[in-house]
Amino acid sequence: MLNIIVCIKQVPDTNEVRLDPKTGTLIREGVPSIMNPDDKAGLEAALRIKDELGATVRVVSMGPAQADAVLREALAMGADEAYLVSDRAFGGADTWATSSTIAAAVSKLPYDIVFTGRQAIDGDTAQVGPQMAEHLGIPNVSYAEEIRVVGDSLIVKRQFENSYQVVRVKMPCLVTALTELNRPRYMTPGGIFRAYREKEVTVWTRPDVPVDDSNIGLKGSPTRVKESFPKAMKGKGEVVTMDAEAEADWLLEKLREKFIV
Amino acid sequence: MKQFSDHKGVYVFIQQVEGVIAPVSFELIGKAKELAKALGASVSAVLCGYNVAHLADELGEYGADTVVLIDDPALAEYTTEPYAQAIYGAIEYFKPEIFLYGATTIGRDLAPRVSARVHTGLTADCTKLEIDPETGRLLMTRPAFGGNLMATIVCPDFRPQMATVRPGVMQRAEREEGRRAMVLPFNLKIEKNDCFIEVLDVIKKMNESVDISEADILVSGGRGMGSKENFGMLYDLADALGGRVAASRAAVDAGWADKEQQVGQTGKTVRPKLYIAVGISGAIQHLAGMEESEIIIAINRDETAPIFNVADFGVVGDLHKIVPMLTQKIKELKN
Repeated sequence: MLNIIVCIKQVPDTNEVRLDPKTGTLIREGVPSIMNPDDKAGLEAALRIKDELGATVRVVSMGPAQADAVLREALAMGADEAYLVSDRAFGGADTWATSSTIAAAVSKLPYDIVFTGRQAIDGDTAQVGPQMAEHLGIPNVSYAEEIRVVGDSLIVKRQFENSYQVVRVKMPCLVTALTELNRPRYMTPGGIFRAYREKEVTVWTRPDVPVDDSNIGLKGSPTRVKESFPKAMKGKGEVVTMDAEAEADWLLEKLREKFIV
Repeated sequence: MKQFSDHKGVYVFIQQVEGVIAPVSFELIGKAKELAKALGASVSAVLCGYNVAHLADELGEYGADTVVLIDDPALAEYTTEPYAQAIYGAIEYFKPEIFLYGATTIGRDLAPRVSARVHTGLTADCTKLEIDPETGRLLMTRPAFGGNLMATIVCPDFRPQMATVRPGVMQRAEREEGRRAMVLPFNLKIEKNDCFIEVLDVIKKMNESVDISEADILVSGGRGMGSKENFGMLYDLADALGGRVAASRAAVDAGWADKEQQVGQTGKTVRPKLYIAVGISGAIQHLAGMEESEIIIAINRDETAPIFNVADFGVVGDLHKIVPMLTQKIKELKN
């Protein structure tokens, strides 16, 4: 039977983030935490393979203790086991150190397929999946839109800007999932009950993860944030409210002034 | 401070598919010229593919001093591992100070794989690159937190300093006809291993008329359009102006426009001469993809919509009336 690992991240719902109009800083309070959407697509892909062919689906997350919530959600959707990689020593990691840490955790588990999301909505880097594959020494296929298991391989439809590739990749391999891949299932009431009452989330701390000190956390991160700042907003232009005809005339005039028509 | 006197030069990964160089590669050469000037270094274009030597001249005309040519049958079609071997080989041999990639679906797959192999940092989707005059380090600025914040990233202790750069953000340099780069054929052996994958088929997915990233004029619709049928009036306006139709994420999610037409953080970055936002409220993720446009016009019925904060010209009102009227008036004027 196949062993599938799905890496998931708990993220703030960036669609709900607002800027303080006076200070230009982020208002973080009250922003809900969710399972990263691309990761959820990866989880759904794993669960569909499980439904069809039978598989053990293990979910792995790295983050603070609160990330327990997304792992329980994954269990309630149908994942079999959950692992939370959580230690202050792993904090402050960039994508390089994050990928080396999660790859080391994943290497303790059996796997034929590792799913990650293409990218997380709070960082948008799309780097951790391919970097993990490199650390694990397995092939990766990014931007997967369709996927099926054929013998010892996966057939994946891989998205580019103007085309698709259909590729065959031998297992074990890593696939980064797009939300276009599927529509994730909902948790069932029974699933939620089992996720909280019967199943466990295994917590792995620093000593449980076989990775060198020089490759984790802030210290193991090649990149540093020098500074962060609110985005400079462009000055406000002219805004008018008139009747529709007058507005159309006004716009036409502006287009003529700018030599567009 | 760690010194890297043996790492020199600004290198650019040239993305070509079927012998056509991606526009972002020329944009990166333009930026690399600026960075190289600040460092007193030269610009090298790393051209990978099979039977692509003829592309070197064009790279020289756009500002590359050197073209590192890696020509191999294994590089005919993009797949991760052979390309990673090629770039890794070039980095080990030439020891660049800076290595840039376009933040395309190829660059965002290749660059992280390479960064893990080389053991160096990688900053994703940069919108600004400059040299710190004090330290000589590359300052890499990118949107973070869904475009809500900007962060400047450095890579102090590892080389090369690597970044992917959003297409459409940097300016390509003026083309100098006849300017030639020195071509360095770089023969490395690409070894077949377990990380190779097999390409079974390639499917084209769109016709030219939908490509929004190269258009000078974009008419873009959002949630306020209300239906797919209503997008018809945007095509009429775009036709009258000689432009193309784009869309916000909300409109794409609703099925009114194609994913290829999506502008914003998870879609494309565009900087046309004119961007007309129709029924788009202007979520920060959308603004991230279009606010560099030269002229922005917004049509929206909600006067508090954030799109008006970036618009040069805004009208508050009913788009269903204004858009057809404007189209009509443009047509009359042109006749």
